[in-house]
Amino acid sequence: MTATLELREVSKVYGTGSAKVQALQQVSLSVDAGELVAIMGPSGSGKSSLLTIAGSLEEPTSGQVLIGGTDLSGYSANDQAKLRRRLIGYVFQDFNLLAGLTVAENVTLPLELDGVGMKAARSMGMKALSELGIAERAGRFPDELSGGERQRVAIARAVVGDRQLLLADEPTGALDSVNGEAIMRLLLAACQRGVAGVIVTHDAQFASCADRVVFLRDGRVIDQTRTPPGPESLLTPGPRQ
Amino acid sequence: MQVRIDSTLQLLLNAGHLDYNEYDNRYGIYLARPVSVRHALLALLSEGPKYGLRLQQEFEERTGEVWPLNVGQVYITLQRLERDGLVESDDAGGAGPQKKFVITQAGDAELAGWLRVPAGDIPPPRDELVIKILTSLRVPGVDVLDILQVHRRHMIELMQRYWRLKAQAAEDDIGLALVADAELYRLEGVVRWLDAAQARLKLHPAPGPAGPPAAAVSEPARRPGAGVQR
Repeated sequence: MTATLELREVSKVYGTGSAKVQALQQVSLSVDAGELVAIMGPSGSGKSSLLTIAGSLEEPTSGQVLIGGTDLSGYSANDQAKLRRRLIGYVFQDFNLLAGLTVAENVTLPLELDGVGMKAARSMGMKALSELGIAERAGRFPDELSGGERQRVAIARAVVGDRQLLLADEPTGALDSVNGEAIMRLLLAACQRGVAGVIVTHDAQFASCADRVVFLRDGRVIDQTRTPPGPESLLTPGPRQ
Repeated sequence: MQVRIDSTLQLLLNAGHLDYNEYDNRYGIYLARPVSVRHALLALLSEGPKYGLRLQQEFEERTGEVWPLNVGQVYITLQRLERDGLVESDDAGGAGPQKKFVITQAGDAELAGWLRVPAGDIPPPRDELVIKILTSLRVPGVDVLDILQVHRRHMIELMQRYWRLKAQAAEDDIGLALVADAELYRLEGVVRWLDAAQARLKLHPAPGPAGPPAAAVSEPARRPGAGVQR
């Protein structure tokens, strides 16, 4: 099976000479459809660089990024932008919704930019909003929503249509613990419907809801979680001391 | 509902006995310590008068039979509670299993007080994880960052299990969610400490195994700073 996202020995260097910063070093990572992977690491470990390169918003200095088996670097800038819009959805800490558009318009905008007819786009947008439990707010404007609701809209926008890859940068950063947990559950559910997800977070609570946690340090992948035993084992008496 | 309560209590009881409890901290000690049978019986009696045998059965049911309690222990505890004026017995039933017990006003007050007494807030006598990290700073050839990462991954894997437990539980299973949250927040605290330790060691690299830093260390990886920055 082809992984939805594959990074092959990706390195990224910013600047030159004494200002040179090696943000990523030989990073290889594969994320399958239906899987949510969390990236953790201290500040400056390369988390954000990894996400922007995975989303082809930046080019790696060396190595390859494949989305659904396709290396986008072979396409023109215009075609890359189109493919990016069709295949990848982004969720940010500060939501990045357009204030002058309604919830429904925010969600359908990427589809309409891709030439999807207004009616079809509306139908797909409402489906995404329903899955996120926020369809009844479709006619509202972002400033009429709570932080948690805005992030739901941002996730709906990120998964609307045929998106295959969902990238989220600190998606719970602006939310309290209850809303943060709700958002993580929704991201997990979106991935379980067939999208591959990558979230960057410094929050161990929210990272632990991912299927796999990958640890970065100084631009390298240093470790990742193994598949843990099921939670039912927590209910089995262990050895007494 | 009974099943849910049992699962929650079982989870609580097991939390101190997991294979992960090599992290011997105050919480682990608190959970591993036998919960007060005395107060558990008062709690059961606060629901209404009960016979000794019924108390023993309910006690075991609610701990998912993880915590067996023989009926003799129940009667000894009830006798002591009666001696202390915290319960009264129905003399009509005579001695033995037909004796019915009821909680007194003093028993209610004792139970209410116990519920509010801070649990395990005394400083830990030792925290094994802290000791391991401190020790690793002094062991030649050991990269403390690797040690920190081993424990960080271990903690996150355990958190993943609690997350899944919570995710699979019914939405209205508040008891289970509260217990899972308590563990998640405790483990998150450990991860935060590991992160803070890493940041601190990056700023102030450890001196190395033999006192004054570089002088006693010949290999390059042990130069100040080199041990914590790759």
